[in-house]
This record gives sequence, C-alpha cells and structure tokens, in this order.
Amino acid sequence: MQEILLNLAIIITKVVFFTFLVVLPLVPLSVYFERRFSAIIQDRVGPNRVGIPLTLFGFKKDFHFFGLIQPIADGLKLFLKEDFTPEHVRKAFYWLAPALTVVPALITVCVVPFGPDVTLFGRTEKLVIADLDVGPLFVFAISSLTVYGITLAGWSSNSKFPFIGGVRSTAQMISYEICLGLSIIPVLLYFGTLNLSNIVEYQAVNGWLILPLWNESGSVFSAGYWQTCGPQWLFWIPAFIAFVIFTVSIFAETNRMPFDLPECETELVGGYHTEYSSMKFAMFFMGEYAAMVIGSALIVTLFLGGWSLGFGADAAIANFSIGAFKIGGFIHLGIFLGKLLLFINFFILVRWTVPRFRYDQLMKLGWVIFFEAALINVFLAALIIAAPELKAVIIVIGFVLLVAVTAAVIWVAKVSEPPTKILRA
Amino acid sequence: MSDTPSATAEAKLPKDIAAEKGMVNVQIDGNWHQFPKGTRMIEACRSVKVDVPYYCYHPKLTVPGNCRMCLVQMGMPPRPAPGQDPSYDENGYQPIGWMPRPAISCANTVAENMGIRTTGELVEKCREGVMEFLLINHPLDCPICDQAGECRLQEQSVGYGRGVSRFVDMKVKKPKNVDIGPRIRLDDERCIMCSRCIRFMDEVAGDPVLGFTQRGTHTTLTVHPDRQLDSNYSLNTADICPVGALTSNDFRFQMRVWFLKETPSIDVNCGTGTNIIIHTRGNTIHRITPRQNDDVNSAWMPDSHRLNFHYIDGDTRLTAPLIKDGGKHLPASWPEAISATAQKLKQFDPSEIAIIASARMTNEELFLVRTLAGELKTGQFATVPREGENDGILIAADRNPNSTGAKLVWASSDTSGPLFAIREGVRSGSIKALLVLGEDLTAEAGFKTEDLAKPEFIASIQLLAGATAEASDIVLPGAAFAEKRGSMVNLSGRLQRLNRAVEPQGEAHDDWEILRDLICAITGQPTSGPDFPFMIEDVVKAMVASVKEFEGITLSKIGDLGKVVTETDYTVPLLENERARAAAGIING
Amino acid sequence: MSTIKLTRPKLDAGEKIYFGGIVKGFILTMKHAVKSLRGKSYGAEGLASSGLGVTMQFPEQRWDDHMPEYYRGAPTLVTDEQGRERCVSCQLCEFICPPKAIKITPSEIPSDDKWAKVEKRPLEFDIDMIRCIYCGMCEEVCPEQAIYLRKDYLITGTSRKDMVHDKKKLYEIGGTRVGLVNKWNELK
Repeated sequence: MQEILLNLAIIITKVVFFTFLVVLPLVPLSVYFERRFSAIIQDRVGPNRVGIPLTLFGFKKDFHFFGLIQPIADGLKLFLKEDFTPEHVRKAFYWLAPALTVVPALITVCVVPFGPDVTLFGRTEKLVIADLDVGPLFVFAISSLTVYGITLAGWSSNSKFPFIGGVRSTAQMISYEICLGLSIIPVLLYFGTLNLSNIVEYQAVNGWLILPLWNESGSVFSAGYWQTCGPQWLFWIPAFIAFVIFTVSIFAETNRMPFDLPECETELVGGYHTEYSSMKFAMFFMGEYAAMVIGSALIVTLFLGGWSLGFGADAAIANFSIGAFKIGGFIHLGIFLGKLLLFINFFILVRWTVPRFRYDQLMKLGWVIFFEAALINVFLAALIIAAPELKAVIIVIGFVLLVAVTAAVIWVAKVSEPPTKILRA
Repeated sequence: MSDTPSATAEAKLPKDIAAEKGMVNVQIDGNWHQFPKGTRMIEACRSVKVDVPYYCYHPKLTVPGNCRMCLVQMGMPPRPAPGQDPSYDENGYQPIGWMPRPAISCANTVAENMGIRTTGELVEKCREGVMEFLLINHPLDCPICDQAGECRLQEQSVGYGRGVSRFVDMKVKKPKNVDIGPRIRLDDERCIMCSRCIRFMDEVAGDPVLGFTQRGTHTTLTVHPDRQLDSNYSLNTADICPVGALTSNDFRFQMRVWFLKETPSIDVNCGTGTNIIIHTRGNTIHRITPRQNDDVNSAWMPDSHRLNFHYIDGDTRLTAPLIKDGGKHLPASWPEAISATAQKLKQFDPSEIAIIASARMTNEELFLVRTLAGELKTGQFATVPREGENDGILIAADRNPNSTGAKLVWASSDTSGPLFAIREGVRSGSIKALLVLGEDLTAEAGFKTEDLAKPEFIASIQLLAGATAEASDIVLPGAAFAEKRGSMVNLSGRLQRLNRAVEPQGEAHDDWEILRDLICAITGQPTSGPDFPFMIEDVVKAMVASVKEFEGITLSKIGDLGKVVTETDYTVPLLENERARAAAGIING
Repeated sequence: MSTIKLTRPKLDAGEKIYFGGIVKGFILTMKHAVKSLRGKSYGAEGLASSGLGVTMQFPEQRWDDHMPEYYRGAPTLVTDEQGRERCVSCQLCEFICPPKAIKITPSEIPSDDKWAKVEKRPLEFDIDMIRCIYCGMCEEVCPEQAIYLRKDYLITGTSRKDMVHDKKKLYEIGGTRVGLVNKWNELK
C-alpha cells in the first residue's frame, strides 16, 4: 500500500515537474526567443524592457533582465483581457476547442525521455513520466487529436475565415501525419524498439542517428571506429531522408511557418482563432508553441541523440554523483534542454527565413513528394538493414527494383503535373 | 427623298419650318438648335447646356449688360448683294459671317440663321480680360468672406481667368464692413458693380434704396442718404450678389458654405408655401435660402420667413415628454407619456373632449388628427386661423401654410369654424379634456391664460415652452418644419413636400409618430406587424385612399416643385407682376 | 486592358530540390542577425542606432538632432511679428482634414480691437490629436500661413480630453513665426 502511494507521489511529482516546470516554461521562453530572434534578424531590438521596475522603489536603475519578463507580462495581459464570446458561436464546441488543442500537446510530454536514471534517496527513477514501449506511436496518436481542436474552433466560430482556416488545418494535418508516420519507420527498423528511452540510450552508445561520429569501438579519433563505422554511415542515407521528411512534417503538423496556412493573416485574418480572445486565444497560442516544443523534443530524441552528449562521455556523466545521489541525469536533462532550445531556435530561424507556401504547393509537397519519398525510404532502409544477411544478387536486384520504382514515381509525378500555364498579369 | 441640292432647295428650308412654329434656327458651337423668337442668346445657350459665364444677368431682372462677362462671338448670314440669291448649304442653312468683335449674350436676342460661338480664342481672350479687370480692385478676402465657396467670381476666375494679374498699382480702398441695414452688411471693395441688388430692390422689392455713386474705379455701391436697406426682402440681395459684397448679418461668420448640406423643403410661415433650401451642418440649421419655383415664389423669399428658424434649437425648445405631477412638470419616457394621455382621454365622455389642431401641420398629421377624433368619437376638432396682412409681394394674408390642405383632408370648407364653440365650451366647463396639437392657444386661438386652467385635462404636442405647454398636464415635444417629412397644400392649391433636414432635437418625435402612437394606445392596436404604419409613406397611402384630390400621389411623386391638386382663385402678386414684365419683354422670366 | 505574358522561370535540378535555396536563406538571415548584433546593420550609423539593429532606444536617446527639416510633428497655430493671430478661421483646414480632427468655431473680431479690419478669427480651434494623422494637409491648404506642423512629436495625455489641443495650447506650441507674408498690412 505504502509502495503504491509512494509510486503515485513520484508519478505526480514527475508530471508536475516535467509538464509544468520544464515544458510549459519553455513556451513563454520560446515566445521570447521568437520575438528577440526575429527582431535581431530584422535589425530591431525586440522586447528588452520588461523587468523589475526598481526605480519605483527608489533605486537608480531598473533591472531589465534582457526583457525576459516580457512573456509573463504578455501572459498577464491575455489573462486580464475581456473574454469575449461572440453571439453567433456554438458555445459548447467553442469552449472545448482551445482545451482540445493545448491538452494533447501537453499529454505527449509523458513519453519524452528527459534524461537517464537518477538515484535519489536510494531510489532509481527514469527521467521520463511514462516509459512506454510504444513511445512514438503514443505521440502520434495523441497529437493527432490536436486537429480536432483546430477544426472545432474553425467550425464552431460560425464565421467564414475561421471556418476556412479550420478546414485547411484538417486537410493539412491529416496529410502530413502520413508522412510523419512513414518517415520514422526506417528509424524504428534500425533501432528495433519503440521505447524512446532505449532509443536514446542506443544512440548514446552507437552515435546519433544523423551524426554517427562514434560507436562502441570509439569515436572518430580512434582507429577502431573507422573499421566498424561502415553500416552506420550506410544507414545515414535513409536516416537523413527520414530526418528531413520528419522535420518538415513536424513544421506542417504544428502549423508553423512556412506551413501556417490555417492562420494565414493575409488571407484569413486570424485563421481558426479569429473569433477568440483573452485566455482562450492564449490557449491556442500555447498549444501551438507546446506542439513546437514537443515536436522538437521528438526530433532531438529520434535523430539527435536525445539527452546524450555523445563521444562516450555519457556514461561518465550518468554516474556523476554527490554522496548517495546519482544526479548525472539532471546534467543530461540540461543537455537535452539545450538541444531542445537550439532546435526551437531553428524553428524560429525557418519562420523568419522561408516565405509561406501556397496551399496547393503545400498539399503537393505532402502528397506527391514526401509521401512517396517516405515510402521508398522505408524499402531503402529495409534493404540496407537486411543487406548483411542477404546474398549479393538479391541485394542488387532489390536495389535495381528500388531505383526503378523511384524512377517510375518521379515519372508519374511529372506526367500528372498539369502543363505550365501562361500567367496573365 | 433625293439628296441632290436641287431637291433640297425644292423642299422646305429649315427657316421656314421653324418660322411656322414661331421659332428661329441658331447655331451654337457648331450645332443647330431651334429657339422661340425673342429668346436671349444667353438663355438659348443655357437651355442647350452650353456654359456662358455671367455676373450681372439675372432672368428675373432687367438686363443692364454691364459686367461684360457673357461675351460670345456672334455671326449672321452675309447680306446678299442686289440681285444675288442667298446661298444654302446641303442642310438648308446659310453660311454664317462671323463678326470680328464679340457681343454680350445677355442683352441680344436670337435671330434666324444666327451663329454663336462660346469657345475659341476670341471669346476666351475676352473673358480673361474681363476677369482681369474685375479682379483689379477685388481684395484677397476669400478666407474671411462668407461668399467663398459659392462665389461666382471665385468660380469663374478659376474657370476663365488667366491666373495672374499684370496690374502693379495699389488697389482702390473703399468702405468695408458697412452697416447699410438691419440684416445686410456691405463690403464695397468686394463689389464688382453688377447692379443686381439695385435692380432687385427697384423692380421686385419696390424699395429702390440702393445705387452707385462716384465713377470709374471709384464706383461705390451705397444706400440712399437717410435711408436703410430695411425692406423685408433685403436678404435676397445677398443671395443674388455674385460676390461677397452683400452678406447676411444672421449668417455672417457662422459656417463656411462648403460644409452645408442642402435639403429642399418649403417655408411654413404663410400660405404661399415658398420653396426653400435648408442649409444644415450636422444637426444644426445655419441658413435658409429661397429655391426657384416659378409658380410659387419665383426666386425670392421674405426676410421674416427666412430668419424664422432659430427657435428650432433655441432655449425654449421642448426636448423631452413632460408629465405634470403635483403642479410640476417632470420628464417622462415616451411610452409613459403616450399611455398616460390615452388613459386620461378614455376617462372622459366623447362630448367632453375637444381637439385643437393646427393648419401648420402637414396633411398626413391632419389626416391622423381626423382619425384620432374618430377614435375618440368627438366631433369637436378645429384648426386655428392665423390672419395677417398681405404685403402685396409674396406674403399671404393667411399665415397658416396648410389651410387648403386641412380643408381637403378634413373635407370641410371651414376647418377653424368649430374653434369658437370649443372656446366657449372650455369657458363654460362643458369641455373637460383638451388635446392641443402644435398651437399655443393664448396666441391666435383667442384663449386667455385663465381659460386654460379650466379643463380637467390638457395634453398638447408642443414645440416650444409657452402658456399652453405650461398649462398642459402632459406635454409631448413635437418636431419643427425642418425636422419633418410630409406634404402641405398652399393657397394656390399646389401640393408641396417638406423634407427632413435635421433630426428632431433631443427626444422630440415627429408629430405624425406621436399621433400614430396615441391612436394605437387609444384603440389598443398592436404597435408592430404588417398593418402598423412604420413609415410616413404608410400614412400617405391611407390618406390618399380617403382624399380624392390626392389620388395617385406619393411623397416621392410630389417632386421638388410640387403638384397642383386643387383649383383656387388665389394669386401671388409677385408672380403676377413678374408675368406682366415677362410678357412685356422687360425680363426673360 | 493590357496583358503581359509571363513565363515561369526555368529551374534547374538544384533549384527544384529547393533545399539549397533554403540553406542560402538561412545563411542570409543569420548573417543579418550577426550584423545586427554587432550594431553594423545597414544604416545603423545614420539612424543613431543603440547598438542593436538600427533602433534607437527611445526615452534615453532622442532623435531631435537627427530630425529632418521636413519633419511633420504636431500641427500648431502661429502668431506673426506683430503679435497678430494669423488664423482667420476660414475653416479650410477643417474641410481638408482627412480624419476630421480639426474643429473651428468662427467669430467676429469686435470693432474696438486693434485688428478689427481682419474681421474674423477663431473663437475656438480644437485639434484632436488622437485623430490627427500628421499629414500636413492643413498647413498646405492654409491661405493665411497660420497653421504649421512643428517638430513636436511627444503628444501625450492621460485622457481623451487632454489630447484635444485647444486654441491656447496650439498658440503655445506654435509660438511666433517671422518672415511670413504680411497680408493684413496698413495698406489693406
């Protein structure tokens, strides 16, 4: 009985810690980064003022803190704004929609491995809320629910632009979910497991998936590595394709630039959340950024080694302990968050670099290019993984078949394309 | 038909065709037109929409031809040499020999086969020259001049002037800001000596007090010594003044004209029903000017009528329904006031109720008054007669604007007849409830203040605070003439339309709405639904159905110039005078 | 209607793959970001940048010294050397004002006034600075050279009423302007 209660307490602590102290603070932080980074790219300054107004208390200078308090002020503002519900909306769904966008994004936190084991007070715990054996599937299953939130928001607003935004997002998210799922099959084939913690541990030892610079025999600096790195680098090809498709699809799934057509301002005013204000709008906002954080976490976990530092240093870090407390896991947590922030900044860089796609281009990219590419990539990866156990002839036949199929797909895509029209201006 | 020249020569020439109709053929800017004989060239041009600028010419006044702005190039067929036949072109017109010098188009009449050129180098040079002369001494007063914006000198110097002056001498100084009459201010520097005002005062107003003194550039408009420009028609001179020399004291510096919205309507100060334009900005009336209607008021209106609009947003205007409670009037809401009135009226026997309406009300309102009287089952309703003096020009002796309309709508030859009986009834106490609509009974109706204390209940639609409003148990604030839509019939039987220029002040309601609500409250009819008259058009429909003279009339069909609906023998002296002068050829008419 | 025939540009394989272009874009934006961080953005010097991008840090830094001659700040009324208020309330500015920010109540100058011959002056002259868009049309249209856009740009107030500049305030900001056309001279 006591054991159960203790386990429950530990689970609750983990949930609170990871969801509310790690992931949620990343949301305002990424908003801050978004604003500062975009400002710097555009020769501006960005929010740099909000801090502790010490001058109010008689001090000489305010404490600006680089404007890091700005997101809190923004949140406060959204909280205090009038929560306006238009007359013409379908109230129940209108109220449900924001929750439906933000909750799935937060639920997926539970399978993300933030670090390896830590030992505190004699108990060894994994730095992951639920160490499921179907991690990526769980993430896909839950995050697909986000589309309900957006679609319901668009539909229940009972207004034209939000509706178009909702429809767009439905089509877009359903389309890209296929690419998303297909693109990581090679990765899962390679690791042979769906447990994200195990995947990270494997990468910690055998090199990151798209950065295989070390393996059990040592790193690039040792001779043993060069003798055994062949298969790793061979698999790098499908892994990189998977990485690209997965990353781009995550952009589309989170409705980020350049795929933010559901809330495309130039065409749809505000998109699906046009009719929302105050905290309900803030929840959409939060959902979008939380999805971005989770998406980044997933990419980091699957392709960039999760919490691992690499080069065989992970074991040493993991064993770092103060007295009886083996707290190296927290260092790994720090490493993980560092990677996460870097990748979030990559998201931001993309947003402020790449212009928005046209909707037909977006759909074409998803269905005509990524879907086929991911599918072929699955077979390519399978061939590479299975190669050591097959005869050379079969490998060659398989390779030739793959090339033929690829050529056929490209040919079909080309033929099916409508002829170039002369545009009139 | 053959088109050989011989065939055309055998056919009738255009001049013969025109002559049969008493017309002449005139070529204006290359196009041939037909005009009646005796038409002035400027009128001929105007009638075919060819623009000829002018200052001194006015169709209702004699033609002095002194501004020289209407110069055009004129041409006539050359006189044939003895024995020579006149030549005709393929259309049957003679060739035009153009005169080398221009002619003023206002003083010359058209003739057969005449040619007029209103464009071309000669005419344009002439206009430029005239403009330059007119502007030699004209001050740069436009920023402070009330005429700016409707100033012919401004318009035409832009349209026809040369833009710069070659004169370097000092401008001639003349008296400015001269007080020449109680309603008119004179600025002599701005005057361009068109003499329109002098002619108007002489020919139309019959009070020739204006004239020129001095000569040349020093010519000065002035008023006769020991006299003032105090005729009741003096403000018309400000209207016809093409520049800002004569301006209205009342309108002086009130508002620039380009802000003003113009609403055509009619005057309600006498039975003539003068056509007017109400100039408003926002919800304020700034001035009223006459609107030309050759069958009603020509182009003029008396000052007394023109200036009688300041009460509309004055201090005494009632702006909220009032209910008397313990001797004091307290503001109430409209539903309260209406239902209180209806309830009170229902308590009296029909024979104890009397309605005193007003011939200042529109036909629609009078129709509703009749309906209301029917609902109250009282036969005691009357209008108040309002007699004055006919001034021999425009102002009629009957100072009610809609006496004729009241007669038609009530189908009675003497609408004010029952007033005497009502007055006696009030005095004797047999009439206990009085409904007063838009009249102050202590004025023309002949009631005394103590009479008003006698009835048990008085409800009144009032515009202004006064003895009747004071004595009323319930005061319903009505709308002034500029706040109404509706129709009236003037003394000559012409149905004319009032248009709403401003919204009623405060919470005041249009009178017809008050009457409608009152009828609904008394009968208990629903105040919505398809049969409820939401718009005045609905009332017009009902009225037209019951008044045979108004058959086929809607408010929009009345038009801006009105429609004659009944024959009366009333004549307007001004129009008689004008027609006589037109027949004599003194004016164009 | 004129038609222009546009043909799509012919893309080579590298361009079609698109990734090269994206990477190029990343490099460009990052270069810009670095420049911006170092305070070397294009035009940073001329705009008196605070060291980050081209932006000036407002309350501490003011650009008063950098303000161009043609700067359009708050509209004001001016008096001339003789102390005459130049406005004669012709209301042209009220008419031209695109956001209808100006409201003038004209009045007559009493006959015992020194400038009685001008006859007209504003009784009230209100410019609603919340509405004003600083377009300068009032200055352009003024036939009396009475209204000028000054370089005041810090128009603040704590209420809507504060933001309405009345006649007194307008003359206070506007001050005296010399060298204007003296139309209402002694010869007039």
